[in-house]
Amino acid sequence: MTRERALIMILVVAVCTLITRLIPFVLFGGKRKVPKAVEYLGQILPPAIMATLVVYCLKGADLFSASHGIPEFAAVAVTALLHAWKRNVLLSIAAGTLCYMFLVQAVF
Amino acid sequence: MKQTIRFAFYKSIPVLLGYVFLGFAFGLLLQEAGYSFWWALLSSVIVYAGSIQFVLVDFLSGGTSLPVIAVMTLLINSRHAFYGLSFVEKFRRMKTYPYMVFSLTDETYSLLCSLKTPEGVDEKKAMFFISLFDQLYWIGGSVLGGVLGQLLPFDMTGIDFAMTALFVTIFVDQWREARTHLPAVIGLISSVVCLLIFGGNNFILPSLIITVGLLMALRNRIEGRIEKRPERKAEEA
Repeated sequence: MTRERALIMILVVAVCTLITRLIPFVLFGGKRKVPKAVEYLGQILPPAIMATLVVYCLKGADLFSASHGIPEFAAVAVTALLHAWKRNVLLSIAAGTLCYMFLVQAVF
Repeated sequence: MKQTIRFAFYKSIPVLLGYVFLGFAFGLLLQEAGYSFWWALLSSVIVYAGSIQFVLVDFLSGGTSLPVIAVMTLLINSRHAFYGLSFVEKFRRMKTYPYMVFSLTDETYSLLCSLKTPEGVDEKKAMFFISLFDQLYWIGGSVLGGVLGQLLPFDMTGIDFAMTALFVTIFVDQWREARTHLPAVIGLISSVVCLLIFGGNNFILPSLIITVGLLMALRNRIEGRIEKRPERKAEEA
């Protein structure tokens, strides 16, 4: 592939990515008042999106492979329980990640 | 100002871990596909979206046509359109408005929407520095990946779980503070069902559309619950 074509590809991806980020601001970001429904969604969506992102991260966990997704779910459980208990973000993330790395490297 | 920057840095550490290693992986893959670290630098500066940059490596090694690339990018990143909804009012009042819109990634979004600034910290500046630091981590990681290649002496397999763990901790915090758990439960069920139906690469958009639809349909009920219960006091970070 020529370098010019590669450059154009990256630009297309950059522009399309920017479009997805601009949409809500172009629709509601002008002088117009933000509609009540949008305000409601903005307030209520974060927990729903966070749940979606967690599922997105775990999509690679193969329940039918050798590991049955055990490393993923064990590490999520460690992170969530530790966080519900201690409420320390860095501690929860470090413990969950080390648990996951240990499981995928040494056990499965 | 110093206090604000320190606060922003502390808040961004989870993303530092995740982005440096994910970015490193991206730079490494790109280098293996025949593109030097300059290409990683360019992509991370002007595209700056993790998942699509990994797909970009495929684009650059094959002959995908430009319209297909455009449509795939719009679909994979369509979730960003939902992130902005939470910040339309807030960003508009910031001097750094354009950069805030450009740099709203999954991880920055999750940090910003869970942000509670203590006394003495300028909220808007903290938001800006968190966004900026996050992108610098991503750029740094991807350039390092392109330069260092496979020289790392340790097995870093699994380090990318830091990102999942970040989302999990924010989910737990939001769950604790929410006055109704309906949105979280709806998001969870909808995404699991859509994942099973549409598969890992295509489920985000249908899942978000169904989630928004259900949240709108249940609006009276959810708003009723929010009004009935007094806001729980956010604890200091």
